[in-house]
Amino acid sequence: MRSEHEARLIEALQRGLPLVPRPYAALAARVGLTETGVIELIQSLQNEAVIKRFGVIVRHHELGYCANAMVVWNVPDRQVTELGTRIARLDYVTLCYRRARSLPQWPYNLYCMIHGRDRMRVRERISELIDTCGLQGVPHEVLFSCRRFKQRGARYSSVVPAFKRVVGA
Amino acid sequence: MDTIDRAIINNLQGGFPVSERPFADAAMTLGLSEDELLERIERLLDDGTLTRFGPMYHAERLGGGLSLAAMQVPRADFARVADIVNSFPEVAHNYARDHAFNMWFVLATEEPERVGETIAEIEQRSGYRVYNMPKLDEYFVGLRFAV
Repeated sequence: MRSEHEARLIEALQRGLPLVPRPYAALAARVGLTETGVIELIQSLQNEAVIKRFGVIVRHHELGYCANAMVVWNVPDRQVTELGTRIARLDYVTLCYRRARSLPQWPYNLYCMIHGRDRMRVRERISELIDTCGLQGVPHEVLFSCRRFKQRGARYSSVVPAFKRVVGA
Repeated sequence: MDTIDRAIINNLQGGFPVSERPFADAAMTLGLSEDELLERIERLLDDGTLTRFGPMYHAERLGGGLSLAAMQVPRADFARVADIVNSFPEVAHNYARDHAFNMWFVLATEEPERVGETIAEIEQRSGYRVYNMPKLDEYFVGLRFAV
């Protein structure tokens, strides 16, 4: 059974875990559940991967990861899963997605993010990645960025209807 | 940031305990006291090293829409278009990149239909086409940011 408690918990939790010794009890008081109820709900949200990760969310620019490259590849569709899986295994790759192409202007279908302290280091890693993953000759482009206009993270202010639609089925 | 802060960031990017005394449990594995861990997390949040301490939600599983979009904007018009794009609450972050496709932003919406609507509104207000690059698959990455 899904409830409004869950939606309220999702909303209360997204601002962050209360920094007190018993944060789940503090949340419970806010959303009208018991501490055990909150703990069980969070565990089930993690099991369903509604919560992807739980812990510190870092502002990577402040950690000196100033060079951020999005590398886009045009790989044959039948190889995309294998190559994506291989690329994602490298420890300097922070995200790896398959995305829709936008033909003819944008033929790329595999994206990975590589963060590093400077562009030279990031470029070395890209060459290493090409060798390691057998991507020689695969069309690709490197899009560097060091300018961020906006980073707020996704916010969900009224998740009740949306949440029910997805997990209430 | 000292070695203890680094250890906190490197060890707590996922898998924070869900127990009655989670900070005490996490502190024990880090060799800290519960109070010290709480104080340090609070300081890392205050000084902006951390944006948040808590969950990272999977937008699609919450029932929302999520996509990456890109635009090709002439340099002279870039600031105007950036202001338009950033004014939408649906835009989660926006990056300038060195490429003909020079503006890249993430759309995170409560309703899946809002992705397309937002794109149409941005196109109308900016006068430039928005290319939608929705995610088709995600490949698992283990480590996030080591410091």
